[in-house]
Amino acid sequence: MSKELWKGNEAIAEAAIRAGCRCYFGYPITPQSEIPEYMSLHMPKAGGVFLQSESEVAAINMVYGATGAGARVMTSSSSPGVSLKQEGISYMCGAELPGVIVNVMRGGPGLGTIQPAQGDYFQATRGGGHGDYRLIVFAPANIQEVVDLMQEAFDLADKYRMPVMMLLDGMIGQMMEPVEWKRPAIAPEDLPEKPWATTGTKNKRLPNIINSLFIDPDACNQHNIRLEEKYARVTESEQRYETNDTEDAEVIFVAFGTPARLARAAVRLLAEDGIKAGVFRPITVWPYPYDALYKIAAQDSVKAVVTVEMNTGQMIDDVRIAVKGARPVSFVGSAGGIIPTPYEVAEAAKKALGR
Amino acid sequence: MAIVYQKTKGLTDAELHYCPGCTHGIVHKLVGETLEELDVLGKAVGVAPVGCAVFAYDYFNCDMQEAAHGRAPAVATGIKRVLPQHVVFTYQGDGDLAAIGIAEAVHSAMRGEKITVIFVNNAIYGMTGGQMAPTTLVGQKATTAPLGRDPGHYGSPIRMSEMLATIDGAAYIERVMVTTPASVMKAKRSIKKAFELQIAGLGFTMIEVLSTCPTNWGLTPVESLEWVKENMLPVFPLGVYRDVTKEEA
Repeated sequence: MSKELWKGNEAIAEAAIRAGCRCYFGYPITPQSEIPEYMSLHMPKAGGVFLQSESEVAAINMVYGATGAGARVMTSSSSPGVSLKQEGISYMCGAELPGVIVNVMRGGPGLGTIQPAQGDYFQATRGGGHGDYRLIVFAPANIQEVVDLMQEAFDLADKYRMPVMMLLDGMIGQMMEPVEWKRPAIAPEDLPEKPWATTGTKNKRLPNIINSLFIDPDACNQHNIRLEEKYARVTESEQRYETNDTEDAEVIFVAFGTPARLARAAVRLLAEDGIKAGVFRPITVWPYPYDALYKIAAQDSVKAVVTVEMNTGQMIDDVRIAVKGARPVSFVGSAGGIIPTPYEVAEAAKKALGR
Repeated sequence: MAIVYQKTKGLTDAELHYCPGCTHGIVHKLVGETLEELDVLGKAVGVAPVGCAVFAYDYFNCDMQEAAHGRAPAVATGIKRVLPQHVVFTYQGDGDLAAIGIAEAVHSAMRGEKITVIFVNNAIYGMTGGQMAPTTLVGQKATTAPLGRDPGHYGSPIRMSEMLATIDGAAYIERVMVTTPASVMKAKRSIKKAFELQIAGLGFTMIEVLSTCPTNWGLTPVESLEWVKENMLPVFPLGVYRDVTKEEA
């Protein structure tokens, strides 16, 4: 198959349609507006629904209704808009509804900036909305990976009946790269049945109810226990990560999204100085591949672990949990839409090694 | 023996939790009867609100979704766009629809969503214990307006039917009450018409039902029915505020 040049935001929209998604609800916000723009043209051509909502709050609740009615549904936004979606995400988790939410992150807090950032890591991996819940969160680092993961995102959302978030920084959304469409497109009618969906009883079964209210505290506790058991199954089965040059490395960079690319460039710079460095890149930032990272960080050759992020240091908490104090963990990065250079990343590694 | 009256198939056998004298039960019955008579229970999807009617998903005998506070019209939009041949309705109170969910209500009407909104207006927050609603009358006491609603501080009650009737996408908007047998029969005809126009694909439909809250009004059930007539009717006049079938004729 030949490769095509695609912009990240448009590629993610096209990948969703190819994954059998036939419903998109969203609201314009930079730097992701190419997603609703692409959907507005191509979703109707695919026989699907595109609707620009009055707010991100409305959009996520339209997702709730549509996915509850059995469709493959998605929404997308950027950081401030994803904050508004948190109510609906919590309700989707409570009601066990699938769906895909794309966050093309920009700098924050507040209105922040429209430039790329990763300041929503805590929001994506620690909840964001109220209550005990988790999302599967994919953090692709290139546009090929974006399109490869999109179908998996929908499949896992349906499998576990929970929302899946695609966590991109604005760099991935805005740049163009060659893409190969590896998997055949899925027709919605070929997807597995959803017997729990509210598609009308047809006077043949008892009513289906989509609901997150468990007013009896015992029932609510049992519901939480059941959700937690589901999240444990996800944690067991769905961790994804990639390693580059980690064998015999003195220093391990840990990074997701765009900073993982910077870290790989820094590995080459360090090699010129005779320093062996490697990169550990979580592809799922929830569930986080703690054990895999520990094994790599605790290798005899490793002297230091450096996290690289486009924020003020968020994933570093997970890295510390993974490394369990076995090696020193330090941070390099910048927030607010400034992307660190490979030279800064390489310097941080030298500093961590005491050179 | 001939059966002259029986419970509608549109409601389940679940015991209603509503307070004595509250008219939610009547409104539920009218919606359930309408769905049964139109023979659409098998393809109906209802959306329950947050508020006194939060358990409505247990009462209507059709597929149901429970929405976040105020978001029922957005949830209904999602359902109807996926299932355009189905009959989709929301059941919402005044806090849900006229306060936290006013944007979803207005924009569903603007888009002409082919849904039916049952809007139960009792001028107060019932479930949370009698706080002031956007429809609370001037001077009416509430637990968050202990001296009565002061229009200089809180403004005057909002009239949703009049407001939504200005929107082109609205096909049918009417305000009714359920205080007497005659007004209940009238409300039933109005609710049925709204569902019929939804099924005909004409656009957004809403029936506002003036309702009672004896518990939080501090009145008996009978006094509450009188209170609707004496105090709510002057502020919320009954009538058809929009009917596209009349405009086209």
